[in-house]
Amino acid sequence: MSAATPPTAPAAPPASGPGLWRRLRRNRLAVAGLVVLVIVVTTALLAPVMPLADPAAQVRSDRLLPIGSEGHLLGTDHLGRDLLSRLIWGARTSLSVGVLATLIAALIGSLIGLVAGFAGRRVDSVLMRGIDVLMAFPYLLLAIGLVAVLGPGLINAMIAISVVNIPFFARAVRGTTISLVSAEYVDAARALAFSPTRILFREVLPNVLPVIIVTMSTTVGWMITETAGLSFLGLGAQPPTSDWGAMLGAGRDFITRAPHVMIVPGTAIFVVVISLNFLGDGLRDALDPRLK
Amino acid sequence: MRVYALRRIVQVIPVLFGVSLLAFGMMVLIPGDPARAILGSYATPENIATLERQLALDRPLPVQYVTWLGNLLTGDFGRSYSLNRPVLDELTERFAATLLLAGAALLIMLVLGLTAGIIAAVKQHRWQDRVFTVGALVGLSVPSFWLAMIFIVVFSLRLGWFPTSGMRPAFGPSGPMDVLHHLVLPATALALVASGVIARLTRSSMLEVLRQDYVRTATSKGLTRRVVILRHAFRNAIVTVVPVVGVQVGFLLGGAVYIETVFGWPGIGRMLVTAIGTRDILLVQGGVVLVAFTYVLLNLAADLVQAVLDPRIRLQ
Repeated sequence: MSAATPPTAPAAPPASGPGLWRRLRRNRLAVAGLVVLVIVVTTALLAPVMPLADPAAQVRSDRLLPIGSEGHLLGTDHLGRDLLSRLIWGARTSLSVGVLATLIAALIGSLIGLVAGFAGRRVDSVLMRGIDVLMAFPYLLLAIGLVAVLGPGLINAMIAISVVNIPFFARAVRGTTISLVSAEYVDAARALAFSPTRILFREVLPNVLPVIIVTMSTTVGWMITETAGLSFLGLGAQPPTSDWGAMLGAGRDFITRAPHVMIVPGTAIFVVVISLNFLGDGLRDALDPRLK
Repeated sequence: MRVYALRRIVQVIPVLFGVSLLAFGMMVLIPGDPARAILGSYATPENIATLERQLALDRPLPVQYVTWLGNLLTGDFGRSYSLNRPVLDELTERFAATLLLAGAALLIMLVLGLTAGIIAAVKQHRWQDRVFTVGALVGLSVPSFWLAMIFIVVFSLRLGWFPTSGMRPAFGPSGPMDVLHHLVLPATALALVASGVIARLTRSSMLEVLRQDYVRTATSKGLTRRVVILRHAFRNAIVTVVPVVGVQVGFLLGGAVYIETVFGWPGIGRMLVTAIGTRDILLVQGGVVLVAFTYVLLNLAADLVQAVLDPRIRLQ
């Protein structure tokens, strides 16, 4: 794969800078990650029109067929369900839950960070002590505690993972906001008697946006892994809903007889997450070369 | 140093207070009657009455919180109804197993992460750098629960080198070597992901330090490369790595939930997953509080170590 001619058409350059795409394109791993992600997302989106077996159809006589079996490219699971079809349909659940969790965490976390950094003093210290408490819990443990309270389920798992990731956004955004509050154009806006809300959202937010994007791109892989992890533990997606994590969890019981049942969804998570990380690293370097 | 240590210890108190509030909130936030929810299928009228008295559930929330905290501080974590034994007894047994696993993983993480980071920095832009940098990213991207299963397939089922699961008491008939034998796979699976973070950080921190004048001075006064790298550069680079090691301990303690589940390791993580299944809220709460407190204190320790290594920090 050549870095100069990516097989997919480049997206329009984001508002953050016309040179962004040009800089990103020079990073071969980031481009490879992007290509893989485009393929995965397109496949997941096209699932309803693809000639796939019914992901829920159980054929008892075709249980635990190996990879490459006739009519079942990736084999079947313990109930004789087609793994390729389940993988593609599961991608829709896993990816949308992971991305949604990222958006929720980014929205709430950034808002906390913006307000704390902008208001300063009391508001800042109250909000950030709250964030400190969230950070005082080991990452996954807080999520598990939340699921214990809310009850197992895909939506609750997603909420739990979002909450756990709020501090990362709040801290990063607060830091940048503080550095921007004393900027000359913010002083100018104040001199023009703009309302604090307007200054915050029209002057500060656009300049904090790159930080939010970078934090999103570096955490989305984690969030996909962790929601899959909760499903794997039986705390996320409940049958008949199935995501990659639940597929992995089911495959664990057949690890001796048919390891491919867990290898298939695990590989999928790994490929998506590493692509996201390659792209995230590239995006970070392209948006802020100083962080390299 | 003493002033700095005291200040850091005082700073930890509100965090611990917040942690206790949040853990207490777990019980309050459960929809429905808390006593009934805690007791689940064990909710006989007598049990409900006993528990309501114990937890002061008929009193206002602040009173409930103080009662709960008082119980906690005197080591009374309540009773696990699904296991029919005090929560504290179960926690101490389980926590020892988790600490052993996480401790071994921490050791592996440090050896792997620091070595890879140093080599990558010293050989910047060479093939070693590329291999370790990409390797670290691979480590970061592998779901640990999947890696654990791959380990079982390759090293236990195919090669037969290690047992697939379980752990026997270290001082039982099988002895401590047997524990070690059972520990290798889970600890490595847990450590690999976390070592990616350490490797990346060590690399960038080393690159920063290697550019400094004192490193050039050390080289030009004729010290061997080995001494320059390990004694002059690494000792300064490690200062930025130490606090992140504290954070990574959190990932190890959290990630232990997956690893313990896959390997049947009798630690707190597996206990939590089972307890959620049986809706044993007091057990979950106790486990979360214990691990979170440990984590906060370990982070405090990491900060103090950092201040010992770098006097500038304690003078800030």
